[in-house]
Parts: sequence; C-alpha cells; structure tokens
Amino acid sequence: MAKPIGLEVSLAVAEAVKLCDTDVVAAYPITPQTHIVEHLSELVANGELDAAYIPVESEQSAMSSCIGSSAAGARTFTATSSQGLALMNEMLFIAPPLRLPIVMAIANRALSAPINIWNDHSDIMSIRDVGWLALFAETGQEALDMTILGFKIAEDHRVSLPITINLDGFTLSHFIEPVLLPTKEEVAKFLPPFKPLVKLDIANPISMGLLGGPESYTEARKVTDDILVASKPVVIEAFNDFAKVFGREYKVIESYRTEGADTILVMMGSIAETAMTAIDELWDAGKKVGVVRIRLWRPFPVEEFKEAIKGAKNLAVIDRAISMGVPDAPVALEVKSLLYNEKVRPFISNYVVGLGGRDVTRDDFKYISGRAEEFSTSPQTQYELVGVLE
Amino acid sequence: MIEIRLHGRGGQGAVTSAELMAQTAISQGKFAQAFPSFGPERRGAPVTAFVRISDKPIRIREKVYNPDVVVVLDPTVMNVTKVDSGLRSDGYLLVNTHRPPADLRKEFGFTQKIATLDAMSIALDILKVPITNTVMLGVFAKALGEATPDDVREPFIHRFGDSLAAKNQAAFEKAYSETRVEG
Repeated sequence: MAKPIGLEVSLAVAEAVKLCDTDVVAAYPITPQTHIVEHLSELVANGELDAAYIPVESEQSAMSSCIGSSAAGARTFTATSSQGLALMNEMLFIAPPLRLPIVMAIANRALSAPINIWNDHSDIMSIRDVGWLALFAETGQEALDMTILGFKIAEDHRVSLPITINLDGFTLSHFIEPVLLPTKEEVAKFLPPFKPLVKLDIANPISMGLLGGPESYTEARKVTDDILVASKPVVIEAFNDFAKVFGREYKVIESYRTEGADTILVMMGSIAETAMTAIDELWDAGKKVGVVRIRLWRPFPVEEFKEAIKGAKNLAVIDRAISMGVPDAPVALEVKSLLYNEKVRPFISNYVVGLGGRDVTRDDFKYISGRAEEFSTSPQTQYELVGVLE
Repeated sequence: MIEIRLHGRGGQGAVTSAELMAQTAISQGKFAQAFPSFGPERRGAPVTAFVRISDKPIRIREKVYNPDVVVVLDPTVMNVTKVDSGLRSDGYLLVNTHRPPADLRKEFGFTQKIATLDAMSIALDILKVPITNTVMLGVFAKALGEATPDDVREPFIHRFGDSLAAKNQAAFEKAYSETRVEG
C-alpha cells in the first residue's frame, strides 16, 4: 500500500503533469500559480519529463502556443492565475471550437484593482462562458487527481475540449499536506496515449479556425455548446474508471450530511473542508445543515445538483466572486435560474465570502447558516457580503 | 490535533520549519498540514507560518487563531509582534533566545509554559548560517515529545540532500539535547 507523502499541492499538480507524460508545457509564471510551472521547468530541465517547455513572454503567448501545440497533436498543459488568465482571454475562446483538449490548472486568485495576489474565484468566473470544462479541487489529492482526470476527459473523442482544473490559490496551492502519488504504471493504465481527434498534418491537410459568417456562426457555436453539455456523462465515466484504478471516488456534485437537512450550503473549492467541520459542530448543537459542493462547474450538472438539494427548505449559496451590477453572485445566479421553474423550490439566499484572500472560517459558515434561516422569514433580503467593513 | 504558529523573519526558514514539521508528522503516519501566511515575501520582514498535526484527517483550512504552540525563530520579532496572541492558556512558547524564560515573562508578560534555546549560536556553530529552522525543530521535538532525531532523518535528507542534511541533523540533535524545558 502506497504511503502518503507531505507535498506542496502545486508540486503535486506538476508531478501529475509529469505522470501524464505531457508533451508541451507553455506557461508564464504568476503568483500563486508559480510553483506549478517552476517545478515543471525543473522536471523538464533534469530530464524527468520529456517535454518541450516553452517559456513565453506573456500569457497571451502561452495560450497561443498551447493552441498551436495541441493542434499539432501534442498533449499540452499550462497553468495560470488572475491577471494571467485575463491576458489569455482572447485565445481562450478559440480552443473549444477547434476541439483542442488543453489542460490548464488555475490557482484561483482575485483580480486588480486594488492589486491583490490572494485567493478568490474572480478569475475563473470571468471565463465561465467560453466553452472550457471546469473542475474544482477541494484538497491536494483532488488537485493531483483532477489533473490526471483532466487529460482523460479532455482527450476523449466524445469531448475533445479544453478543461480548467481550479485549485484555490495559496489556501490549496501553497499547502503542504498528505498526498498519494500514483505510479507511472497506474497512470498509464488509466490514461491512454494522446490520439488527437483533429490535428494539423501535412499528409492530410485541414484548415482550422476559418471564417464563420452569419449563415454558419450560430450553428458552429451550437455544436461547441452541445458537445460541452454532452461531456457530462464522459466526466462521470472517467470518475468511475478512475475509482477502479486508483480507489478514490469522485462525483460531479458532492453531498455531505444533506439527509434530513433543513438548510444546505452550496459552494465550490477548498472552503468546503472548513464548512464540513463547521456543520459537524452545528449538528452537535441540533442544527440540521448540509453541504453540497459543485466539483464540475462546466458543464453544470443540472440533474445531479437538483437531486442533491432535494428536500432542503433553504439554500445558502456561497460565492467567492462578485458579479458587479447584479444583486447576486455568479453561482447563486445559476442556481436560481435552474430552480425558478420548479414547482417545489427552496428559499435561496446568497453570501459572498473570502474575497482577495480574506480568511474563511468555521464561524463564517455558522453565521451563514443562521442568516439563511433569518432571511427565509423575510424574503426581501437575500444577499450579503459577509464580514464587509462599512 | 495540535495547532502551531511560527514567527520568524523572511529568510530564516519559518516556512521551511513548518514544512518539515508537517512532513515529519506525515512520514510518521500522522495527518498534517503546513502553510505560510501568504504575502509578498521580503527578506527580514516578520513572517508567520502555520502547522496542524492530527491523528485524524484534517478538514479545516482557516488560519490558526488559537495555537497550542508558538515557535519564535527570531527573538526580535517579539518586539514588533504579540507572539502570544491567541495562544491557549495551557499552550507552549518555544523561543530562540539566550535569555532565561523568567526574563521573557517579565518583559512580554507571557503566562504560558516556555522553552528556550540559544538556537542562533547553534546555527552559526554547526550550519555556519543564521538560519534557525532545524534547530528550533529540535526544540519543538523535545518540548512537545512530537518527534525524535530518528524521525527527522528521512525528511531532512529529502529536503536538503545528503551533505546538508547531515549538518541539519547535527544541529537538530544538539538542540534536542540542550533545550531547557521549564517546570
């Protein structure tokens, strides 16, 4: 039986990229993603990973290089955060319609201004509509496992789309914690060599990224969206296959103590760990509160989500980003729109926590649980920026 | 679960100390996590790092607010930071200083148990650099009974490589045997 080692989560992600025998890494360092690409550059330099490491001059170039290398048939990885993701934006739209299965780790971080290097989900929320799959990790082990799963899912010919692996900057990326490193043999058993669905090949010439006028653009967009939506069962299948090889089970939506819960807290990412500890304490005090964690953010697992929150009177959706100019944050907006036409639906309130690295504590979750109950009896209030100083 | 907060200055190895504490515990089959107080790192500026060690999986990622143990790698930090902030009343202060605990109590009003060691002298003597992290690990191991010199051997080799690990092992062992545990 393999023994867990104490490893920084960023390095665990880099080791996963190595275990997947990645061909090309094109990246620009940015806090808090830096340790991932720094370690990858070491692994390439010392010969442990036989890959081309392209040290580009900007993230726009990083994503451009990834698109080029993936289109040429190479297994391709990059990582970024925050402003880096913002600088990639133009190129991010291009990879999904070209069906390029690039894997990108995002050490999630706030965006300027004011300048802030710490964790929240502002970066990923800015690209939620571009057509990439998106997974959220809760622990270091998950960050490693999701990276391996990322290649498996993205490269499946039923998908052949790019995917982001989201890990909270610092609160996950810089934690040292027990991680089980799979062996190369195990990974090879799970992840077949990359066979591109489409590639640039002089023997069989094709064109990619052509003009799509008003007569075809709608259809082209629909195809990408249809494929993204249809990728959910492939994700579930990959999770099941992963469990068979590695013994760790993952679901697209995770539930914790939701059976018989009056209130369910909905969230994404590493804060769910602290939340579960907090609600254990709440159950001890006689409060019936559960946690639902969205692991697969894109495509949104609609049926699994509805099933997970069934029976709850109150939903408290906890966001890590603000949607400026709208009275709800991104995750809450989606949850509300999913449930609006349901005959029976819970009362939904929305809480924004942990912006720009503000610590998210057990007390925050206990406070939110209490507020969700209060709000349900005075439904005109449904949104709170928790702990804001005024 | 033991919760630990480390105070040092950038470049002295507070973060490495935290890493090694967690890695030693994990290699002993325990659960542990270590993380720095995240910020732009500057040499010489006060730095904080956190560790949790438990027999059960740790499902918490908030900072440590009520530590069981506070480790002070640089005595001058005590002049600018209230290092005993939130420290449990039955907690432990481990301080790199040549001064006796009674002196520290008088100057800073500490009420918890204190263990001291002149870690800087040991670091300069054996490691030839003013980096006190592995020396203070020896203090921690001795005062808390959390690890023995045998337990750190492998994590040190992994972290420092063979030749540097040997020096750090010697520094750790000297600290382990010389730490003055009060009361």
